[in-house]
Amino acid sequence: MTSRLRALAATAASVPITLFGLAVVTFLIGRVVPIDPVLAIVGDRAPQDVVERARLELGLDQPLLVQFWHYLGQILSGDLGRSVMTANPVTQDIARYFPATFELATAAIILAVLIGVPLGVLAATRQDSWIDQAVRLFCLAGHSVPVFVLALLSLMVFYATLHWAPGPGRQGILFEDMVDIRTGLLTVDTALAGDWPAFRDALWHLAQPAGVLALFSLAYIARMTRAFMLAELRQEYITTARAKGLSPLRIVWRHAFGNVLVPLVTVLFLTYAGLLEGAVLTETIFAWPGLGQYLTVSLLNADMNAVLGATLVVGLIYVALNLLADFLYRVMDPRV
Amino acid sequence: MTTRAWLLSDTPASRRQAVWGRRYQGWLALKRNPLAVAGLVIVLLMLAMAAAAPILATHDPGAQNLANRLQPPSAAHWFGTDELGRDVWSRVLFGGRLTLGMVVAVVALVAPIGLILGAVAGYAGGWLDRVLMRVTDVFLAFPRLILALAFVAAMKPGVESAVIAIALTAWPPYARLARAETLMVRNADYIAAVRLTGASGARIVLRHVLPMCLGSLVVRVTLDMSSIILTAAGLGFLGLGAQPPLAEWGTMIATGRRFILEQWWVPLVPGVAIFLISLAFNLLGDGLRDVLDPKQR
Repeated sequence: MTSRLRALAATAASVPITLFGLAVVTFLIGRVVPIDPVLAIVGDRAPQDVVERARLELGLDQPLLVQFWHYLGQILSGDLGRSVMTANPVTQDIARYFPATFELATAAIILAVLIGVPLGVLAATRQDSWIDQAVRLFCLAGHSVPVFVLALLSLMVFYATLHWAPGPGRQGILFEDMVDIRTGLLTVDTALAGDWPAFRDALWHLAQPAGVLALFSLAYIARMTRAFMLAELRQEYITTARAKGLSPLRIVWRHAFGNVLVPLVTVLFLTYAGLLEGAVLTETIFAWPGLGQYLTVSLLNADMNAVLGATLVVGLIYVALNLLADFLYRVMDPRV
Repeated sequence: MTTRAWLLSDTPASRRQAVWGRRYQGWLALKRNPLAVAGLVIVLLMLAMAAAAPILATHDPGAQNLANRLQPPSAAHWFGTDELGRDVWSRVLFGGRLTLGMVVAVVALVAPIGLILGAVAGYAGGWLDRVLMRVTDVFLAFPRLILALAFVAAMKPGVESAVIAIALTAWPPYARLARAETLMVRNADYIAAVRLTGASGARIVLRHVLPMCLGSLVVRVTLDMSSIILTAAGLGFLGLGAQPPLAEWGTMIATGRRFILEQWWVPLVPGVAIFLISLAFNLLGDGLRDVLDPKQR
């Protein structure tokens, strides 16, 4: 137990160093930007003395190291600067946009697990059969589709041709602003309010982008599940269980799958982190007002505070998820 | 003695024969995997088509013809025309040059740098190793596309910035890989023997450590290709890669996306091109891994 705790402490100790590195990277990106942050605030017609004053206020006349020190202080107190575009503090913007991304990514990972895990187990139990080959090919294909092409294709088929899915956005016009925002997750908010038509509408709007986003993680999860299961099914205790005459279902799900669960949870967390990346592209196409859309819109408007703030937050979430995966792995696996 | 018998000999007489014999056996193993062969064929075909774009193109990729816009595929325009009446087939060919050229540039930048950094860190150990691993940790702590977005934002959107941004985000896994491989061989007897004969550190790393990393590096690069292609196309799609008049697959999809419902060929043709090349690299990489790097299966 003590060795486990020590290993965990070592991992946790490396986190501040990584976070420090994150801050260095975003700070440096912010400094090499060709856009003059002063002009972005005062406008390019401002008189010289106004420009000078803004430069002094921003501390841009000080050495880089001093500026970095201030930057660190600001981050630690939760101040990511003000967005030029929305005129709000970036932290406030991110807090507003993040729930939509969280909802989208969570729905996607749930779909990916529900489909990907059984698919991987199925392929592993029928190794080298046509089912296995089909699953392998499907996984490789799922890994190769650009998510934005898939999103366009899905809009074309399910929205325009079949009329199964609603259009882009998080909810229909009829339901907009009908429910108080509590968690920012529309499906949860509408359910809490007991407004079932609105709930159905929110779920309906969520299904398509989540399905598109899920495919990549689904392919990865199915692939990893298959690999883990194959390794496990080769173990001797499985042969013993077979010799004892246990039913195949029981062997696969109770014995083998039980042992696969631990590495699989780690994979899940890593995939979840990867969903943030896919969300940037998916949100752009489905007009989903999340962090990804905030990031790209800020990028195109050269709103550097917002871009770097969002990047930093995504990096933070990424590190946190990795740490959590590591932690769970150590807690759940008695051998580690 | 036939070439084949010479290659497959169990008792190679020279180093060269042993090396080529192993390569030939690898090729035979790869050939038995139909999916990997399909991947290889598609990759070679698409690279050749991109290289021969000026010959294969039926129209000038930039030539506009507003009277002839958004035409469906026909004998004159195999993949139809886009919103400015440009020939989609020709644009996809030239777009392949740009997209694949970007990817090749990224790999050419990243693979040697990552390899040497990783090998040096692994061989030298100590604080150099620790600092380098911390740096890779930081880079691996961002999703690749998002870090690339931030880098491009700091530069000017364009092909060069996109290549640099992707390269900056892509090197850490290679450094990690090379370091891990180096750690495995660094205490091997043959390294000790070379050191005893008085070889310098640089010689050991370059001549005796790096070649050992090449196999897994080739696998890694092939499997990574698809992710680099998707990132490059994603940057183009978001308007931060190649800029509009240029034909690049991601950019073409971005400008053609509003026609998806009626004139689907405008965005879908480059989309299928991205999918095909990225799937082909994945198939090939999967096959190569089974041959070159059996321990990773």
